[in-house]
This record gives sequence, C-alpha cells and structure tokens, in this order.
Amino acid sequence: MRVTFTANGRRVEADDVWEGESLLYVLRERLGLPGSKNACEQGECGSCTVRLDGVPVCSCLVAAGQAQDREVVTVEGLAGQSGEDAGLAPIQQAFIEAGAVQCGFCTPGLIVAADELLERNAAPSDADIREALSGNLCRCTGYEKILDAVRRAAPGYASDTATPSTESAMP
Amino acid sequence: MTTATDTGQRAGAAHDGVGADALRPDGALKVEGAFAYASDLRWEGMVWGATLRSPHPSARIVRLDTARALKLPGVVAVLTHEDVPGHPRYGMKVADQPVLAADRVRYQGEPVALVAADHPETARRALRLIDIEYEELPALTDPEQAVEGAGPVVHEERVDGQDGNVVRHVRIRHGDMEEARRLADVVAEGVYEVGMQDQAFLGPEAGLAIPGEDGGVDVFVSTQWLHDDQHQMCAALGLPPDKVRLTLSGVGGAFGGREDVSVQIHAAMLALHTGRPVKMSYNREESFFGHVHRHPAKMWFEHGATRDGKIVYVKARLLFDGGAYTSTSQVVIANGSYFAAGAYEVPHAEIDGFSVFTNNPPCGAMRGFGAVQSCYGVESNLDNLARKLGIDPLELRLRNAMTTGTVLPTGQAVDGPAPAAELLRRLHARPLPPEPEARVSGAFSLPGGLNNTTHGESVRRGIGYAIGVKAIGFSGGVDDRSIARVRLSLTGGEPVAEIHTAAAECGQGIVTVQAQIARTELGVERVVVLPADTQVGDAGSSSASRITWMSGGAVQGACKAVREKLTALGEGLLADLLAEHGPVEAEYEYKHRRTHPIDAERGQGDAHIAFAFAAHRAVVEVDTELGLVKVVELATAQDVGKAMNPLAVAGQIEGGSAQGLGLAVMEELQVAEGRVRNPSFTDYLIPTIADMPAVPIDLLELPHPDSPYGLNGVGEPPTLSSTPAIANALRDATGLELARVPVRPDDIAGRG
Repeated sequence: MRVTFTANGRRVEADDVWEGESLLYVLRERLGLPGSKNACEQGECGSCTVRLDGVPVCSCLVAAGQAQDREVVTVEGLAGQSGEDAGLAPIQQAFIEAGAVQCGFCTPGLIVAADELLERNAAPSDADIREALSGNLCRCTGYEKILDAVRRAAPGYASDTATPSTESAMP
Repeated sequence: MTTATDTGQRAGAAHDGVGADALRPDGALKVEGAFAYASDLRWEGMVWGATLRSPHPSARIVRLDTARALKLPGVVAVLTHEDVPGHPRYGMKVADQPVLAADRVRYQGEPVALVAADHPETARRALRLIDIEYEELPALTDPEQAVEGAGPVVHEERVDGQDGNVVRHVRIRHGDMEEARRLADVVAEGVYEVGMQDQAFLGPEAGLAIPGEDGGVDVFVSTQWLHDDQHQMCAALGLPPDKVRLTLSGVGGAFGGREDVSVQIHAAMLALHTGRPVKMSYNREESFFGHVHRHPAKMWFEHGATRDGKIVYVKARLLFDGGAYTSTSQVVIANGSYFAAGAYEVPHAEIDGFSVFTNNPPCGAMRGFGAVQSCYGVESNLDNLARKLGIDPLELRLRNAMTTGTVLPTGQAVDGPAPAAELLRRLHARPLPPEPEARVSGAFSLPGGLNNTTHGESVRRGIGYAIGVKAIGFSGGVDDRSIARVRLSLTGGEPVAEIHTAAAECGQGIVTVQAQIARTELGVERVVVLPADTQVGDAGSSSASRITWMSGGAVQGACKAVREKLTALGEGLLADLLAEHGPVEAEYEYKHRRTHPIDAERGQGDAHIAFAFAAHRAVVEVDTELGLVKVVELATAQDVGKAMNPLAVAGQIEGGSAQGLGLAVMEELQVAEGRVRNPSFTDYLIPTIADMPAVPIDLLELPHPDSPYGLNGVGEPPTLSSTPAIANALRDATGLELARVPVRPDDIAGRG
C-alpha cells in the first residue's frame, strides 16, 4: 500500500508498504529518517518516540497506515525551529552541555518527549520531569544528567511559548 | 559533586584539554538523530539477514532441510553449518561455540541457520519454513549438579582438553586457616545469591557486511573490540586479516555484552555467499538470546573475627553458572575469586571459585566482571558479621579497611592509593536525606511511586554501606597493549591533529578523552578523532575499565613522539614548521607493567596492574506491607586517580550506580529448566527515571603512580558496591535476611 503523511513539515509518500509495517519502520527504512530508534519495538523503552499530531507516541506501536494524512514530527525535525537561522533546539543543546548523552541511543526519544513536556510546562518540577520521562529508558546515564538537561533547557522554552501549541511543533 | 583536589580550570591548561568538561564530539549528531548506529546502516542492494535459533536448551538435530525456505520469493540464501567456510567454532578465549550448530544444540537460542532476504519480515517468514526436527535431550540446569559431577555432560569432548562440567576451579590459599580459626572469637556464615543480570544496552546487536572485490569483506559493526572480532572472524571465514576489514559503527551501549561476537561472522558469511551487502539487526527478544549475561552466582561466605572486630579470616566458595559455552567464564570466576575478601585487610583466606557449564544461557562479561557478585557476597556477610559482633557495620568496615601495602589473598601487595577508609568516612559525613514527612511530597517520594500505594504508613527507613575493590585492566599475565597513530597537519593554515586508534566508543567518552589528550600534549585546538577500524593496530577491548588508561596512554605517547619530531625540525611556530616540512606523524604502542598468572595450587601471583575503589551509602524506604521499595538516595564516593573529564566521570559513576540498583531490586533474566521466561523490556525491568534517586558523588583524585596523568579506571567500580549497599539498607529497614538479589516484593511483604 501507499502511505502519505507529513514528516517534519514535508509531505512524504512511501510505496509498497506492507500492512504490518510500523510507522517506525517506514520512517527509518523507507523515508531516510533513522533518528527514531529501534531499541525494543514493543513500546517499552521510548527510543522511537515521535509526535503524531502533536502527541508523543511510540512509533513502533503505530501501524504505518495510521499515520495517513497526519503530521509526524521526529527528532530530525527539532533543530532549526526556534528562530530564523537557529541551529539545535534548546533541549538538544542542553543534552550535550549537561552530559546527558553517552551512547545516545535513548537520546532522540528523550529529546522528543522532553521537548513536548517543556512546551506544555516551561517550569517543570523534578517530579514533573520524572513523570513525563518515565516511559523513556536510558541504560548509560542513571538519568541524573538528563534531569540536568531538562532543567537547563527550561528557560529557553519559557521565553518562546507566548503562543503554546500542542497541535503541532511545525511552522 | 565535590572533589578532593581542584578539577576546575587550571591555569595554562589547553582549552578542552585533560581535566576539562570537554563536550562529546559526537554530541550534536546524537541529539539530531543523525549519528549512524549499526542498526541505522544501509547500502545499495542490501538484503537482511536473520537467524534461526534453537527453542530447546539441549537437543540433537535430527533433520535440517532448507528447501522450502529457499523457495520463498525474496529469499536469497539459507545457510547452515555446512556453509561455514573456515573453522566451525569460535570464542574469545576458547573456540568452543559452533558458528552454526551441526548436530547438537546446548542452549535455548543457539544459532542453527541463517537466512538472507529482501525484507526483514520475509527473512523471518523464511526462518519458519526451515524444516528442522530436534530430539530433546536431558538438560543440565542446576550448577550445583554441574560442580558435583552429577547430571549430563554439556560438552562430550571439550576443546580445552579437560573433562566434565567445571570450566575452571580457582583455588586461593592465603595464611594459615587452622591458626585463623583458633584466633577467631566470632564466626558469621551466610549463603548469598545473585540472579542473572542482562546488560540491556539499548542499541540492538547489528552490523552491515559488504563483500569486497578482492574476495574479502568490509564489516561495520557495534562491538567492544574490533581486533578480537577480526581474529575470530578470520578463523571462521578462512580469510587472512587483510580480507576481513572492520570499522566501528555507532555503538548503542555495551557494558560487556558486546565483547563476544554476535552478528559479525553470520553477516559476513551471508555477504560472501550472496555477493550482496547484508544487514543484520536483532530485535529486543533476540538480543536477550544474542549475547552473554552476567553469571548468576551462589556464594558461601564465612568470616571469623576477634571480639573487638578485627577480621581474622574469610572462607568463601563461589559458584558461577557459565551456561553452555565458555565465553569468558574462566576469567570472570578468577576476577570474582581475586576479590572475594573485599576491600579489607584479611590475613587468612581460603577461596574456591567454580564456573561451570550448564544448558542455561551462556554467561560472560558484564560491567564488574565477577567482582560484582563476590562484592555482593562479602559485603552482605560483613553486615552479618557486624550484627554478630554487635558493632556498627560502618565501624567494622573502617576497622578493617584495606590500605596501601595490604597483601591480597593472592599474595600481591596493593600498590597505588587505597583510600577505602577515606571513601567510607566521606559517605558517613554526608547529611542524610530528609525523612518522608519532612520532604516536599511528590508522586515519586514514597515506595509505590506514582501508584500512590501508601501515605507513609508501614514505611520503614534503612541505611546500608558497602565498598568494593577490583583490578583495572587485564590481569593474570595477559599481554595487554594499545596502539595509536597521531598526525599533525595544516588545514586552512591551522594545525589539526588527527588521531587514529581502534578504541571502541560505546558511549563512555573515549573519543572525547583522546581529543582532550591531543589538545593538552600538542597545544592545538582542532582535533579530529578518526573512525575506529582495523586499519590501525589493536587497541584492546573497551572493557575492564581500561580503555582510557591504555588508549589514552597510546595517544599521549604518539603525541609526545610527534612533538619530538617537531623539535628535531627546528625552532619556529608550529604552523610554519608544518608548512615548511609537511605533516608530522607518529605511532605509539602503550604497554603497562607485566602481570603474572596465579598458580594453580595456592592462587598466588602478582596478577594486577592497579586497583580501584568505590563505596556507596544507600538510604531506602520500604513499605513492609506491600514489599515495595524506594531507594531515596544512593550516595557514592570513588577514587578516580585523575578525572580526565569530570562530566563524563560523573556520568560513568551515576550510570554504573543505576545498574547496581537494578540488580539490587529489579533486574533478573529468569531461567526455568533452561528456558528464558522474560526476554523483553515488559518483563525484564531496568531502572527508569522514576526509580533512580539522586546519586551525590564524592570524587577523590589520588594520582596513580603508573598511569597516564595519574588516572585510574572508572567505569566498573560503581557497579560493585551499589548493589550490596542497597541490600544492606533493605536488611536494616526490615530485619530480614534477604540473601538473594534482586530483592522482590514477595521477599519482604508480610515477613517483617
């Protein structure tokens, strides 16, 4: 079958999709977007987290066909969004600076989830952060530096959420 | 984080040089999702490989027919043991594991056949079309039977020439046990068990093999040791090293689980057979069968002490279940046995360590490498001894803490810093976290967490301490070396250093540290760390907490050699010299001091190059009615010699502590009758951000006399002491024995 949807603001089309293929597989193997990771492919680890019409989901649990005509944002869509010639999103920069990245396999999913949290709540308590990220496993860091990264990135969201949107992170 | 010495910006230090919180060079790619892990790789014309695995722990293969699978449209190859081009068996230490099983399988998950197809689902369907019949055989699943010589023999003919099911018996005799027993006023005995832990790295085993025009193969793979993989692949493929070229792809965590080969030989076989690029990538379930685990252990400890709390002797018997093949079992049990007396001055010791073959999943390297199990045993029995003596457990540890010069049970005197007592004192000096009623109430602050199962009733607090010591680097006479090549040239008029090593970056930050060393040694800003591959000499393994020491030493040596060549060129600005004379390049092989094997009779020998110490204090709260546990704080103190990159060091310590917490209260690969019952992240639980408490760190930097920059290994020590500290805290809270980890709610609920 053919599946058509919006990925990071761009209309995309995948042909010859087998009905059993997940959105994760189509993103990674058919659309050249391997940023979302395949750590468990059973919805337990959060490494494949993307936003589907603004809502964070495990893309391994979404059948590709379910994405038809919808908006998908992956980790590849976060950089360059916060200004004219902006580089990394504040949460991406914060992950690097806080030492929240080691092997980095969990990082894309955590960044998408943390970005969504900060968009909703630019001044999260530690308990808020723990709750929002409790579906994302990390095996390297012990999470301390991930908490640091989210705390560090929060001020950057406070200033640019005058018009908060949970509909879509896309322009 | 507080430090014993100043680790901040030092006057004169190169920007982002040694000691700085330099940021990862791969950080931007990783946060953008652009970093290429092995499972992300693609190649023109690529097909997908898949593995048929045995469903039985022990069976004879009576029929194997690939005809139906080959006929499935999209399938390009189905291979069996008959298609292995070279040596039919492989292994890191002993080549006893069939590349593909011929007539016999010895564990559930053992590879039997391979498929290559145009879609991963086609490959999976083809696996189901392979006609295979097994005749099940009695499985040996009880390691105690294995050590007693009862039950079936796992290997009828052992490759190492030995008989029976004991892989290795490590025998250590130190002092005079008869005399020791006379001196002991108090004896404490205990039997302790550790469940099978999995590395649970998030990036699945994966690799891409591309056939070369020369009849060789180029392999991109996530591994911990490129050259050892190459060595094993050459034997199995029947090819010389120049035809088996490996490049490290992105590695999604390792923790010991990527020391043994997984997809390497299989993907290369399929690529060479089909003439097409082949990608293999396990899913999570297959990953649980596709790598070795931490040895489950049963350990008998007996401590004797004088009434005033001086340890006189330890007698320990360790039994590690190695599963069906050797992997690194004989070294893991040695490491466990070396450190079974713990971080203490123990004048008399009798230690017997056994690793055995069973038809359980093969076990091998995991962070801590045997010392995790024995540290759990000795630290648990220390608290038991403290109770028997009526002495505070911390006080008992301080009275017996090892110091520089302490003679280990193996006869070697500890050289270098041995700040065991200082680490414990620092933990003790740290204020305790507030009691529940004094805390800001949050969903995560009590046992049960978000499930809101208690408001504080029946919640009891406990505090536990533990300390661990282990050797850094390869031990026991292994010739350990590491090679680096450094090239200094001009790019756009600016000096740029290129570093080339085969050191495997698994997330720990060896790429960052190599660049820091080059900046410090050469005074240049721009450094490029080239991809690790087999075009440069062996770096040894990213394991044993050794790679920063060894590859760091090699990079430092190569940089110094470059500097000497520059000096020989004459005076002048670096850029001018390079412009006039062209690039300057040097290669350096770093070796540490020699080590020696221990003898078979009494286990004596100078087997180690260095010792590293870490300690933990755990504060737990336990809902005694429901058996639910909250680790409130996991404070730690560690001597790292020199924090080459304090940010990365903290990351190693926090991450290692988390894995120890997992082993203490949640992680176990459950095996019944040789079959794994929970090969998924639904049922094998690792700590989440909701489970992890704060991990405050006291860092000591006592320079090691023999190492580059005075550094010591960092990665493994935190996984030793975190588990027993938590177990001791749980015992303190509940008064229960809790001899086995992970401690489950059932072990606590209604028993207090």
